[in-house]
Amino acid sequence: MSGIIRKNAWVAGLLALLVVLLVATRMIQPGFGVSGLESIARAALPFVFATTGMAVVVIVGGIDLSVASMMAVCAVTAAVLMERMAGVPAILIVLALGLAMGVINGGLIVATRVPDIVVTLAMLFVWEGVALLILESPGGSTADWLQKSIRGSFLIPGLPNALVIATVCIAVVWLPIRRARLGIAIYATGSDERAAFRSGVAVGRTRIAAYGICGLFSAFGGLSLAALTGIGEPVPGPYLLASVAAVVLGGVVLGGGRGGLLGPIIAVFILRIVRTILTLLAVDPNVTTIIEGTIMVGVVMLGTAATMRGART
Amino acid sequence: MSGTQLLDATGIAKSFGAVRALTEASLHVSEGEIVALMGANGAGKSTFVKIITGALRPDSGTVLIRGREARVGSPAQARRSGLVPVYQEPSLIPDLDVADNLRLTDTPVEPFRRWVEELGIRRLALSDMIGDLPLATLRILDLARALASAPDVLLLDEMTAALPTDLVERVLKVMRQKADEGMGVIYVSHRFGEISELCDRATVLRDGMSVGDLKIEPGVEDRAVELMLGQKLDLAARDIHKTRGTTGDRPRMRVKGVAIAPKVSDISFDLFPGEVLGVVALEGQGQDELFECMAGFMPPRAGSIEVNGVAADFRHPADAIAAGVKFVPGDRADALLAQRSVRENIALPFSARIRAWGGLKLRHERARVAHAIARLQIDTRAQGEVQRLSGGNQQKVTIGRWLATGVDTLLLFDPTRGIDVRTKRQIYPLVRELAEQGASVLFYTSELEEIPLACDRAVVIFNGRVVDIIDAEVADEQTLLRAAYGLVAQEGAA
Repeated sequence: MSGIIRKNAWVAGLLALLVVLLVATRMIQPGFGVSGLESIARAALPFVFATTGMAVVVIVGGIDLSVASMMAVCAVTAAVLMERMAGVPAILIVLALGLAMGVINGGLIVATRVPDIVVTLAMLFVWEGVALLILESPGGSTADWLQKSIRGSFLIPGLPNALVIATVCIAVVWLPIRRARLGIAIYATGSDERAAFRSGVAVGRTRIAAYGICGLFSAFGGLSLAALTGIGEPVPGPYLLASVAAVVLGGVVLGGGRGGLLGPIIAVFILRIVRTILTLLAVDPNVTTIIEGTIMVGVVMLGTAATMRGART
Repeated sequence: MSGTQLLDATGIAKSFGAVRALTEASLHVSEGEIVALMGANGAGKSTFVKIITGALRPDSGTVLIRGREARVGSPAQARRSGLVPVYQEPSLIPDLDVADNLRLTDTPVEPFRRWVEELGIRRLALSDMIGDLPLATLRILDLARALASAPDVLLLDEMTAALPTDLVERVLKVMRQKADEGMGVIYVSHRFGEISELCDRATVLRDGMSVGDLKIEPGVEDRAVELMLGQKLDLAARDIHKTRGTTGDRPRMRVKGVAIAPKVSDISFDLFPGEVLGVVALEGQGQDELFECMAGFMPPRAGSIEVNGVAADFRHPADAIAAGVKFVPGDRADALLAQRSVRENIALPFSARIRAWGGLKLRHERARVAHAIARLQIDTRAQGEVQRLSGGNQQKVTIGRWLATGVDTLLLFDPTRGIDVRTKRQIYPLVRELAEQGASVLFYTSELEEIPLACDRAVVIFNGRVVDIIDAEVADEQTLLRAAYGLVAQEGAA
């Protein structure tokens, strides 16, 4: 019982913080409304997917430093393919490619027993090179309908399309897994690998699956990048550190086993809105990063202290 | 009652690199039979258990379950073939709730609930997080989960070690009852009391081999101890020079009625200057906690520790170190700076002691370190990085640094584990030399034959209590092993 309350308490706390920040934005900028929300959601989309993938890998007890590079590979592949073929098959190919890259990452980690952080650091460079091979400089194009669909808020009136698309993609991939044995196995492996092995979990396969899921979400992230910019950009964006930050802020324990996907996703929006507010207040961009870092440490410290008190009583 | 053979493991061998953990281990269990698996520390019990349950693959030998060869490649496969283990440490996932842990092993919920209740645990919700539950409850949940999958053979590895007495009774009762219904049980335990109460037979392992099958009857304890010892490799090192240091009549360290949750309930002894006091205990009798407590890692729950007649209230390892109590952990990696040189590692306690920059007697320090290195007979080619030394040489560094620095009280936890015989023989004189210099040494070892070699006296700990204090000079291994198994005549305890 207390576990469920504790888990949800973190998410509830983040939600409360998000609401406070939204209200604050509104107070600073009275004109801030649906369209402001829409642009924040749109800009946040690649971050959401990167964070989701990272969260799955962190839950299984690893970390994937190649997230941003895989996104770049997927973005340029999408841009190149969509110049030649219809949007839907191109999207499917890109998703398969993301999954394959993730499986390669996981497979290397399991087969070589080299620590996750080393393997994925190496793969960061490998995928970066692959992206540049596919497309030397920004170029290509993306399907018109794809670019249009992530703008505005017509899919469900009142909700930004970007948010709807992210929710659907993540739910379709993650919910069935979370409810199946694989989901439990992912948490079990991250929580206590030996105990998981003894309970009959195929630990190696579970880790490969988790990295595969991360690759798949990176593909979603790459597609959203391509859709946002209309082209493919081979140089990785700032998604690696941002995703780790959101995962930590979102209550996923580095080391594995604890946390969910909802917390990190809310954390993405919190970090984006903090940035918006600081921009609106015309704060020096250099000070902005200091404030962002401070918020992260502060929230995680407060949250840890609160859950520890909760555990004791 | 002996029906069909359920488990038949024969000729199991397993090596880890150059170390042969098992050479020819065998075990068979028939329907309705409860078989104890016994063996002294290092006999290969845990490797054997891992192989039977599929956590390890044997190099050779066969495991038959119900007469069919079990290609056991993982715990999941062993489980499906009808052999379900309950390991020494809980195999429940701390960050999942009870229900998810059941789903992980495809355990049906209803029988699980019934067994949990039968085994005496009330007020358990399926949504309870495993990490929030006490250890004893986890052991019972492990057992209930195993029983709920209706196994042919159940393997219990030191299942009762963390259980309070009333739960132990319940577990034994349920085991007896299930055996009467035809289930086979393998019972790995150090506790003769439970074995003679519960088991039909006992298989004894020694040096990786099955050396005997005993029927449980009165007097079986002596026979089992004999089998476990066998013809031991003779260390023949009685020649180690034992002169006591300046033994004072005032104890350097006094442990009085110490209790530490969950394993240690009542430990008292005095540690005098100039003596090496051995600690005799089977694995998991509370010695780990005792050493950590004396080293200031955690306070005792009850009782007190005195150093030089003054109550020591250690709140941090630094307090213990300041009081002159130095701890050499069983894991060498905890004690050494692996990437630094032998010289630096030995000088480390020096530098840690330096409070002022002025008047540093560098030359003096260097001389003493050099002397210690020569004294340790370490292969100098690998001196640059301690991690390149062999395990034995690393251990010599952890002890040798105190020779150079001087130490009042040294707590040595299993310093010779996994070290070859030759290096071991170099370590005992080091320990003796420390005592001669007037240090008090508390020396736990998992190898009983070392007690007479290195120690003056030995305290025997069983089940969290001191059951005997033995004069190490006259103790033979049989006495020690009997004592370690808690088989001490009550009037003999002094």
